[in-house]
Amino acid sequence: MIEFRIDRRSGVATYQQLVNQTKHALRLGLLQPGDQLPTAKEVVAATSINPNTVLKAYRELEREGLVEGRRGMGTFVSASLAQPDPTELREELAAWMGRARAEGLDREYVEALVKAQLDEHYEGEGR
Amino acid sequence: MTTIALDATALTMRYRRGWGLRDCTFQLPTGRISALIGPNGAGKSTLMRIATGLLRPTGGSIEVLGEAPGKRGTNRKLAFLAQDKPLYKGFTVEEMLKAGAKLNPDWDSGYARRLVREADVPFDAKVGTLSGGQRTRIALAIALGRRPELVMLDEPLADLDPIARQEVMQSLLAEVAETGMTVLLSSHVIADLDGVCDHLLLLADGRVQLHGDVDDLLTQHRILIGSRELVLPDGVVEARTTGRQATVLARTTDVPGWDNTEPSLEELALAYLRSTKKVAA
Repeated sequence: MIEFRIDRRSGVATYQQLVNQTKHALRLGLLQPGDQLPTAKEVVAATSINPNTVLKAYRELEREGLVEGRRGMGTFVSASLAQPDPTELREELAAWMGRARAEGLDREYVEALVKAQLDEHYEGEGR
Repeated sequence: MTTIALDATALTMRYRRGWGLRDCTFQLPTGRISALIGPNGAGKSTLMRIATGLLRPTGGSIEVLGEAPGKRGTNRKLAFLAQDKPLYKGFTVEEMLKAGAKLNPDWDSGYARRLVREADVPFDAKVGTLSGGQRTRIALAIALGRRPELVMLDEPLADLDPIARQEVMQSLLAEVAETGMTVLLSSHVIADLDGVCDHLLLLADGRVQLHGDVDDLLTQHRILIGSRELVLPDGVVEARTTGRQATVLARTTDVPGWDNTEPSLEELALAYLRSTKKVAA
């Protein structure tokens, strides 16, 4: 089961943090179809946030078709965001990073390069 | 069933020495967790005492879950946890629970005992020997044993250490998640309420300065940073200047020419509290 962590200073709305963390766990395969999300009571007992915020996050995930609420039972994962393991792509990226470092590019510059490429190739898909 | 837990119209309380509440009009919808924020003497305790029927207002009216308070004692669906957490020091926890059962017709004994067990407090412990956090958990168990639809807590976290604050808040929120009850919670420490409260009632000088849904209020305000030469928009709550820079909190949408950010609950509340203090001074 997923455990949420709330960062009150991040500037990201609390319900959005819950949504993002759930999606992140879905992408990494830490949550899979059929898995149960913690109940609102369990989440607030661990994080001291408003129960309505948890319900709002779960409604949003439900609207996106990722989870479904089953009456009296809880909220369950209904779709997967896990993607095929990109071994080859990861190795190519690692090699590229190695070269960037060897050529003396600093971290911030590399981040800016990567971000520019992301923005170009994933235009309009949000972050 | 009413959808308004507290409904105040021009509520006024005049003491011999001054005003407790002046012309307060606001509504608290059911199912919300509302922060009650204000400086000392702002009228927070007065408001709670009027809602329980302990005080009779000198003007205006308030309805608690659709009923005027005080007609037949405190509304059965209302629980109130006063700041001093009134418990009998010489009683054991068991005896306090028995008193709770005797005094409250709708007492849910199993529920109150479960809350005590979850707090890890022995039933035979004398109340006077408990830590601040344990006493608060017992007082909360007794308040919730009434199975209220609205619970009002006056500074429940004052005098508690950080771990006890967290435990009290988490146990309260867990019960709210289960029962859907409405909560009105006063506190000095606004950071404690951020993320917990979805509704705000801000009192200063006995008047309602700001109230409503927290997300709505945050969206309706901006912190503006820019040159002090810029013209201020309408709706300024507080404006400060340092050197060439002006920092403004205003009730507005994005204003061109300024750097616009949405305030946090704490920034919003503090700006309103500071601005009313200046007017009064």
